[in-house]
Amino acid sequence: MNFIQNVPFFSIMISMFSGIVSSILSEKWAKRLNTAVILAVGVMSGILLLYLVREGIGSYVFMMGHFPAPWGNEIRAGVLEAGMAMFFSIVMLLSMTGGRKKLFDEVEYTKHNIYYILVDMMLSSLLALVYTNDLFTAYVFVEINTIAACGLIMIRQNGRTIEAAVRYMIMSLLGSGLLLMGICMLYDLTGHLLMSNIKLAMAEIMASGTYRIPMLITVGIMTIGLAIKSALFPCHAWLPDAYGYSTVSSAAMLSSLVSKGYIFLLIKIFYRVIGLEIIYSSHIIGILFIFGLCGMLFGSFSAIGEKDIRRMIAFSSVAQIGYIYMGFGLGTQEGMVASVYHILVHAATKSLLFISAIGLTDVSGGSRSFFALNGSGYRHRIAGIGFAVGSLSMVGIPIFSGFVSKLLFAKAAIINPTWKMFPTVIVLAVSTILNAIYFLKTVIRIYTPEKPSVEEEKGYYSVRLDEQKLYTATIILFVILNLILGMNSQPIIHLVETGLANFA
Amino acid sequence: MSRLIPEDEYGKRPVGAFHQWMDGVRDPYTGNVEVRTDVRQEEESEEQLREYQEEVVGVIRKVHDTANNNQYTLFRKFYRVAALLCCLTLTVMLLITVAYLPPVGSTDNPAHNEVAAKYIEDGMQDTGAVNIVTGMILDYRAFDTFGESNVLFIATCTVLILMRNDKKKGRGSAEEEERRDSFYEPKSDRILQTAAMILVPFIILFGIYVILNGHLSPGGGFSGGAIIGAGLILYLNAFGFEKTERFFTAKTYKWISFCALSFYCIAKSYSFYTGAHHLESGIPLGTPGDILSSGLILPLNICVGLVVACTMYAFFALFRKGGF
Repeated sequence: MNFIQNVPFFSIMISMFSGIVSSILSEKWAKRLNTAVILAVGVMSGILLLYLVREGIGSYVFMMGHFPAPWGNEIRAGVLEAGMAMFFSIVMLLSMTGGRKKLFDEVEYTKHNIYYILVDMMLSSLLALVYTNDLFTAYVFVEINTIAACGLIMIRQNGRTIEAAVRYMIMSLLGSGLLLMGICMLYDLTGHLLMSNIKLAMAEIMASGTYRIPMLITVGIMTIGLAIKSALFPCHAWLPDAYGYSTVSSAAMLSSLVSKGYIFLLIKIFYRVIGLEIIYSSHIIGILFIFGLCGMLFGSFSAIGEKDIRRMIAFSSVAQIGYIYMGFGLGTQEGMVASVYHILVHAATKSLLFISAIGLTDVSGGSRSFFALNGSGYRHRIAGIGFAVGSLSMVGIPIFSGFVSKLLFAKAAIINPTWKMFPTVIVLAVSTILNAIYFLKTVIRIYTPEKPSVEEEKGYYSVRLDEQKLYTATIILFVILNLILGMNSQPIIHLVETGLANFA
Repeated sequence: MSRLIPEDEYGKRPVGAFHQWMDGVRDPYTGNVEVRTDVRQEEESEEQLREYQEEVVGVIRKVHDTANNNQYTLFRKFYRVAALLCCLTLTVMLLITVAYLPPVGSTDNPAHNEVAAKYIEDGMQDTGAVNIVTGMILDYRAFDTFGESNVLFIATCTVLILMRNDKKKGRGSAEEEERRDSFYEPKSDRILQTAAMILVPFIILFGIYVILNGHLSPGGGFSGGAIIGAGLILYLNAFGFEKTERFFTAKTYKWISFCALSFYCIAKSYSFYTGAHHLESGIPLGTPGDILSSGLILPLNICVGLVVACTMYAFFALFRKGGF
């Protein structure tokens, strides 16, 4: 075994170990360790990705311990997993650096090192969700992810965040509970926890017709559990508060990473546990499709009605999650590729939007109201640029990343014409217009100059670029990431396709 | 031959004390147990109560305007009905599923397959642990268990965020909160203290026994740690924070959990690494049944036990005082 193949194991272990070590470190060192670990994981995953692509290895299994798979634990890495791990660590690093200043303003200084523990643990759980090949391991790390997310929401302590964390916890625990019940019943029906073994047993059960009904209910329960956790439309009530009031790094990470980790696990379950044929022939996929479409519309409607800019961005997440589930619901390979690509696009764009929005509200007297933002794009230029890029990307303007995924969705719907084609294309178009309404009206507002007398009266100030170097660099990197996803999409789509082909 | 003794000397004897207690002359608690009567009426005037209520209402109002919100009232009605319907649907659906699941205990269930068979047949030989369950969780599937102990660790971290009171002095500080919280409790309760004096050493010894015998008999780190934690909490309740803080503070907690988890992490990383590369780990398994056997399982059990015990105590202390 090549030494590079140790990367998944190393990255999970060092991120966990750094969390443990951070508990005795001071805030400063915990911060440095956190940055170093995220960087190291990103670089290592990049090397692994290069290695896998160059050697043409589809995927390989790494044994966690002395015992082979059905008895011991194992993890499995392929192109898609390595790419996801790299992408997640890039987005996490940028989210952390972009919100660093705000963390000092909003969180008690004595609790900063706990924040870094949570982030380290969150990274390790995301990596484990990405790499695991065992359903129970997945569940354990879903737990870590949930608890860490609750902590990230409520570390900024005011009434709103506590309420948001309680809501998040209740909904998330409902999701975890359903997932756990599903795993238990799946074990009862198949006698395995390892994904590939369950798939074999599952195919047998479906062919012979024994336990067909409980199997379908089990699959449904697990899907709904993960859908609740990733805020699919009717179960999104926890989302706007959780993203809207937590400190900005948390909001960026929650929207771009936590929900995506669950979605990635769901894809993994579809491919490796249930098998694509079974899931595509069941009605579950149709339900996901309909709820995805509803989410695309209602998320946007709520966002249009929202006056608080952070909550508006949060509601936009509901719409974007809807896109991803709609892609699953198409029930084709192209739809799945489009969904995975949209995971990347949304992760890169939504964190950019959250982080640039905080710059805009800061120069508007800290007011989050939409009406106070007049001319803030001039007062904080880099944040204005970041917000504009993020908005254009979410609306789907060419050269920005959102355009590519929308194109992929439309293509996926048209290539295989079923009854799903027309609803998809129509809702896609309507949703794009709705996106344009709320994002572009904000962009126009931040670039509408405010009268100097008003600015003076309200005590607004301007930020020069060299005042916040870290923040500026973060936004620039985010914009570059967006442009790469938007203009250099072919190789990435190709990687996603090969990754998915080797996924099962 | 009986002899008449003076009244006050008779009262000091056990028989006399019993008679006095029966007659209602003396209460053995008085003077020995500190009892505070309910002094709420005198301490908190009407005004203070009203202030307190306004504070509660104010906090709620700060989050949501509930009084003048028609949508909210409507939503609450809808919510109750919808919640009931959702729960009923889920319950009925799950009950139906249960009816279709394989019958409990039947030998040809899918769960009776080669996985369970190997655990039972080769478990002792592979892991060196007589207790198969411990062998499973700490050797076959040690990665999951490592995740599980990190769940505890991170749960304490989130409770720390929520409850830890970093204010050292003055109004709202940890000390003051604790004093207010335990105001109506008797301070040094003789019964509790005596019971704790007798019970705590045995509880903790039993916990240590359960941990150390985790690989030999039912038990292990999680259950033993929970027992030790319960013992510590009993001790804290009986003797207060002054006594426990002599040997267990936030610093102790930090270092114990750090050492235990890092040992777990490093030891298991080593074992995972050698396992994945098919190398000999070089850790002797010993004779199954001995106390010093089964390789890494015993030290890992101790680590898990320490983490669990500290977590339980930390939760209690944080909820009680906001720090320890």
